[in-house]
Amino acid sequence: MCRLFAITSEDPLSPMVALQALDVMREGHDGSGVGLFLRDLGGAFEDIKDAPVLSGIFSESGLKRLDAYMMDLGFMTKYKLSIKVPKSPPPGVPRRDIYLVRAYEYPEDWDGLPQSELYNRLLETRLTLRAMGEERGDMIVFSFWPDVIMIKEIGDPLHVAKHLQLDRKELQARIIMAQGRQNTNYAINLYACHPFFIQGFSTMTNGENTAFIPIREYLSSRDFPGYVGYQSDSEVFTHILHFAATRLGLGAEAYKHIITPLQDEDLRVHPNHQLLKGLKQTCRKLIIDGPNCVIGSLPDHSLFMVQDRKKLRPGVVGGRPGRYAFSSELCGLDAAIPERDKSQDFQPMHLDTAIVNADRQEVKICSQKDPLHLSH
Amino acid sequence: MQPEGPIAPFSLSIKDLPWQIAWDKDKCTLCGRCTAACPVNAIELGVFRQRQVAPAVGILEAPANEYKLYYGIRQKTDPAYACVGCAMCNMVCPNDAIIPMHGDEIDKLRMHNNRGGQARRRGGRRNDPGSLLDQIKFIRISMLTDPALDAGRHEFELRTLLGRVLPPEQNLKFMAENGWTPPVREIYPLMIGGMSFGALSPNMWEGLQMGVAYLNEELGMPVRMCTGEGGCPPRLLRSRFLKYVILQIASGYFGWDEIIHALPEMKEDPCAIEIKYGQGAKPGDGGLLMWYKVNKLIAAIRGVPEGVSLPSPPTHQTQYSIEESVAKMIQSMYMAWGFRVPVYPKISASTTSLAVLNNLTRNPYAGALAIDGEDGGTGAAYNVSMNHMGHPIASNIRDCYLNLTKVGMQNEIPIIAGGGVGKTGNMAANAAALIMLGASAVQVGKYIMQAAAGCLGSESDRCNICNIGLCPKGITSQDPRLYRRLDVDQVAERVVDVFLAFDTELRKILAPLGRSTSLPIGMSDALGIASKEAADRLQINYVV
Repeated sequence: MCRLFAITSEDPLSPMVALQALDVMREGHDGSGVGLFLRDLGGAFEDIKDAPVLSGIFSESGLKRLDAYMMDLGFMTKYKLSIKVPKSPPPGVPRRDIYLVRAYEYPEDWDGLPQSELYNRLLETRLTLRAMGEERGDMIVFSFWPDVIMIKEIGDPLHVAKHLQLDRKELQARIIMAQGRQNTNYAINLYACHPFFIQGFSTMTNGENTAFIPIREYLSSRDFPGYVGYQSDSEVFTHILHFAATRLGLGAEAYKHIITPLQDEDLRVHPNHQLLKGLKQTCRKLIIDGPNCVIGSLPDHSLFMVQDRKKLRPGVVGGRPGRYAFSSELCGLDAAIPERDKSQDFQPMHLDTAIVNADRQEVKICSQKDPLHLSH
Repeated sequence: MQPEGPIAPFSLSIKDLPWQIAWDKDKCTLCGRCTAACPVNAIELGVFRQRQVAPAVGILEAPANEYKLYYGIRQKTDPAYACVGCAMCNMVCPNDAIIPMHGDEIDKLRMHNNRGGQARRRGGRRNDPGSLLDQIKFIRISMLTDPALDAGRHEFELRTLLGRVLPPEQNLKFMAENGWTPPVREIYPLMIGGMSFGALSPNMWEGLQMGVAYLNEELGMPVRMCTGEGGCPPRLLRSRFLKYVILQIASGYFGWDEIIHALPEMKEDPCAIEIKYGQGAKPGDGGLLMWYKVNKLIAAIRGVPEGVSLPSPPTHQTQYSIEESVAKMIQSMYMAWGFRVPVYPKISASTTSLAVLNNLTRNPYAGALAIDGEDGGTGAAYNVSMNHMGHPIASNIRDCYLNLTKVGMQNEIPIIAGGGVGKTGNMAANAAALIMLGASAVQVGKYIMQAAAGCLGSESDRCNICNIGLCPKGITSQDPRLYRRLDVDQVAERVVDVFLAFDTELRKILAPLGRSTSLPIGMSDALGIASKEAADRLQINYVV
């Protein structure tokens, strides 16, 4: 079972905080890979928050193709983080040419586009680059979005961190999500590596998704170009979050009502009975069956954790005003925020959603039995 | 050597019949129960003359014969009285002295049971004992990567939706605008399919209704039962139990005069309206209730004269094109109940099913599509229709589901599968396989008759005389002398048993797959089959 760690902090933190927490939980991952999601960036990216940042892994020839393609579109490089890696990677880590984190200036003719159109074009660009990369095996693209950096690699998290020299100022961020993989496939595809990202929404999960096929079929048939991939059965969690937010206008509090709706007897006495019954029926194909713990990050810089309905993977939230962490194991939380009031630690159960908003002042617990206020 | 009588082209010997009566003279008490119980008078009291050679000892007396008589059972060979293999003789025999045995080769009767040019009609199913559904295995078992569930202790939501489900975006919009949203029922995924009052005896019908009411009111299982095309008893129409009933309208419109007149007095809305365009047992042919069964009660409920055969037309008289047939009829039925009751069509599985489905996707009122496969049962149909017409259910359901998946409407139009589910007794496994192929619910008729009332029919052409009202168990008879054999309460009890056992078995299938929060509709990754062709066709795993 994969190990998860996410932290949200007033002050930018090095990704090493998360990776060290993963290392403490190392019994639960096999060092087969690590994924990092960084948002609300510090360092050099702090001043260019609106510029879309492309994250990925490129070969020399892939980089040339990338440059040609991006120039063609009219993107200009605004800032780039060069990661020069030693020639020989540590054992288990493949040799790569370039780990790219590059902020772009939007093409001039994109000026004045409505935000939704801008977002769609960013998605389209990422998908095109991904397809180009899959064609020749020379690019892997994780995200292309303002104020977001993603890094994924095969290998032990700490080895990878050392190899890529992740403990650097440019990579400091206020929101960090990290996953240490427990591989259940022989071939490791980086696109199957958590966290997953789509248009500002990101989630990571541990456990298996037994309802994967019907959910994938449903998302794939939503006529939305971004609902593709699915190298991992957990990618659907990110897309469900995106679907609920962008198509249905629902916030994090409602996410659990989609993936694990209340049972009928609870539904009947719920103040939003009609709404929730409608959601349960119309989003029936998005119901998960676990066992899963999902940690997600939303564009409003909130961070949340939910569990499936009954099987429940481990997951705990804790911290102090200004800094909270979500961890699949308590020892990860202890490593990252030892100075917190541990009596306030919370392990979300079958009805709970734990949310830490952008102000990072408290852990808000929503129960599915609480009234639901639509945010939009 | 002369035979007993003249040999005609249609003369058959017992060997030529499908069923031969084995009778044991030593055990027989000559009580006569078997001959009284035989529904088709295939056996009668026989007086047999027997020569016994009795050579005298010695030389004085000439060798002589003795002639003796003995009494026993004689099997008739006239096709009109051929044994149907029901084995009621065996059931009533106090000494187990008699039993019908199936012949060891294809019978000759089948070439002769068309006397007077009347092609054979019968009840039952297609005479093919095999089942593809039985070959489907559930192979995605949760092991160490995710825990399997405890079928006995976990909570399971084994419910499905019947009715048009809107896309979530539209549903939220309509709710915000206080607009109309189509009625949707949450029901149990195993439904009792359309078996009419008329096809079934009053006792059988009452037993089913009582069982369904008990399941709903005492056990909280929202089981629904379809009336079939035969109307609905007036008291039921005016009772609170109507909500457990799906009213069927078919091309003969039998009973709908009564239903329309009862509308203002209904205390509850029915669960749904099923518009029958076809059934799996006799696709492209209308319903049939033969005159034997149209007694005073049936005639009154259906609004027809007594003692006449009631063949429904193969198609609805209003049908000009699919728009009239489906769209207008669906809307009319919605209108009758103020748009509060889901309406859906039922068709025979066919290569044209996809065309119907595609039409329904563009009809915002269509509440579901019920598809009945070639193995569906019937109370009366031409033998040729039952044995040779129709499409297997598995691939038809799969095609339809995948088509909905392509257009993104897999949650909007529930597909209900029927026809041969549980044909070999594996009800839960067959139903689960169909659900994972894409069905939202499963309709079952024949299995309920067999399990709840002891129907003797089989796909080896046993019994199958539902059409002439001589059902030896009283299930499909309108003759009180026969249907009083069926105890209403016992039928109800068996209905409850069947559903409870089904529920347990369904959990025993779903729990190891790790599914419990919702019905695993379309969970095709769980399915495997040992035939490459079938696996490719159904788009499931090929496993050997």
